[in-house]
Amino acid sequence: MNGRGTQRRRSGIHLLLPLLYAQFGALICSVSAPVEARIVHEERSLYSTILVDQRGSMLCLQFSVRRDQRNQSCFDQRKPDKMVFIYARMMMASLLLQPQPKRILMIGLGGGTLPMALDRLFPEATQDVVEIDEAVVRVARDYFDFAPSDRVKVFAQDGRVFVKRAVRRGEKYDLIMLDAFNGDYIPEHLMTREFLEEVRALLTPDGVLAANTFSISRLYDHESVTYANVFGTYFNLRTPSTGNRIVLAAPGGLPTAETLGARAETLSAPLKPYGISMRELLPMIREREDWDSDARELTDQYAPANILQSQ
Amino acid sequence: MAYLIYLLAFVGGFTIMSLELLGGRVLAPYFGSSIYVWGSIITVFMLSLSIGYLVGGRLSLHHPSLGRFAVIFLAAAVCLYPLVYFNEAIMVWVFERIEDPRYGSLVASGFLFIVPTVIMGMISPYSVRLLVQSTESSGQVAGFLYFVSTLGSALGTLATSFYLVLWFEMNTILTLLTLALLAMGLLAAIASRRVQS
Repeated sequence: MNGRGTQRRRSGIHLLLPLLYAQFGALICSVSAPVEARIVHEERSLYSTILVDQRGSMLCLQFSVRRDQRNQSCFDQRKPDKMVFIYARMMMASLLLQPQPKRILMIGLGGGTLPMALDRLFPEATQDVVEIDEAVVRVARDYFDFAPSDRVKVFAQDGRVFVKRAVRRGEKYDLIMLDAFNGDYIPEHLMTREFLEEVRALLTPDGVLAANTFSISRLYDHESVTYANVFGTYFNLRTPSTGNRIVLAAPGGLPTAETLGARAETLSAPLKPYGISMRELLPMIREREDWDSDARELTDQYAPANILQSQ
Repeated sequence: MAYLIYLLAFVGGFTIMSLELLGGRVLAPYFGSSIYVWGSIITVFMLSLSIGYLVGGRLSLHHPSLGRFAVIFLAAAVCLYPLVYFNEAIMVWVFERIEDPRYGSLVASGFLFIVPTVIMGMISPYSVRLLVQSTESSGQVAGFLYFVSTLGSALGTLATSFYLVLWFEMNTILTLLTLALLAMGLLAAIASRRVQS
């Protein structure tokens, strides 16, 4: 009895080992800078310390000097299309809700992985990229293959200010990607009901918002309630291992499972070069409320996001 | 009476810095939260306080009394409270006219904060005038007054940024600050009656 139990447990461990290694690998890549990493660029900008390190053909962008800081964006020079990070691949799941975006708004640039992938996938589409830090734009251009053009326009300004002005001009976007938060500091005015209402006003009737946010701490409940109050039911994608969380919201209504499945089949081939697998993404798409719906909504009047995040 | 004046100066210092911190929160939805927004706010507050010191000093030349001191607090409360209702409209007005968020935030914080902050700036020099009884002690009195009011400012900063924004809405905090100024004004008015009678 005892022996068999041990046996079974052991075989269980054997099954788990490759998984564990994969996790560990991901951890090394995402949590700390590898030991042999060489710093190729270091710059203190108005908003953060920007660090680019290189390990083999892999270039990674970080927004802090703390060595345990999570990488913001990584880029493999040998496979420039490949999306190294799960959160970037999860953001691309927004294409399952809006498969043909013509006008795209990106708030927060990072290494520029997402706008470049979208530019290759949809050469007819135009993009407005808003990044508060001009130094980030420079670094993305110099090290990460980011190439602004007539189709991809960059605006060096605060996301909220851009959105407010765009609403006044009556602009509309089919796809809005919000990727403005790094682990250290949350721009609190980009996480309020009023801001999300402005974003919603910018969406076309079948437009989609993809937001890369946080899935840890007390803030999770407050943030979730705020999104629900503005968008109703939304898709909530989470990874337990990396703590990433993507909100996919569509004011025009969420697609059914059949539609998702059909679109996944169509998109699977064009997305393959980016390392995006629908088998990985589809099971993550959930509608279930897994937050405390009594949590207080975040508004321009009440926005202590950074304090809530640290609790 | 000295204790009362120190208490009033403490609350004045507390309110000024609490309001300054809320300023960043008020402006962020329209002008962002970049370094220039803070630059605008701090410029406006420093400028307003400097004018307030000047005017407060001038006022203290003409029949200084606790009763008049009370009026400063009541006036500050009356000028602060409308922010609760009009800050949004003022910012929309500026936002529609000034594209550059640096100058937009400067003009908006001017409209929002100059009047109440100038009035609150009058508190310190007026307090010195009410407290000083002899030339020899004037430096010591002024020093202790700065100590008390700046301590109030430090606590106002800490309380607002650590706790008040976590517990209350911005408008609630503005209302509480108004009530604190009102209470101080009434306290001074009552004390001045007592002194007279």
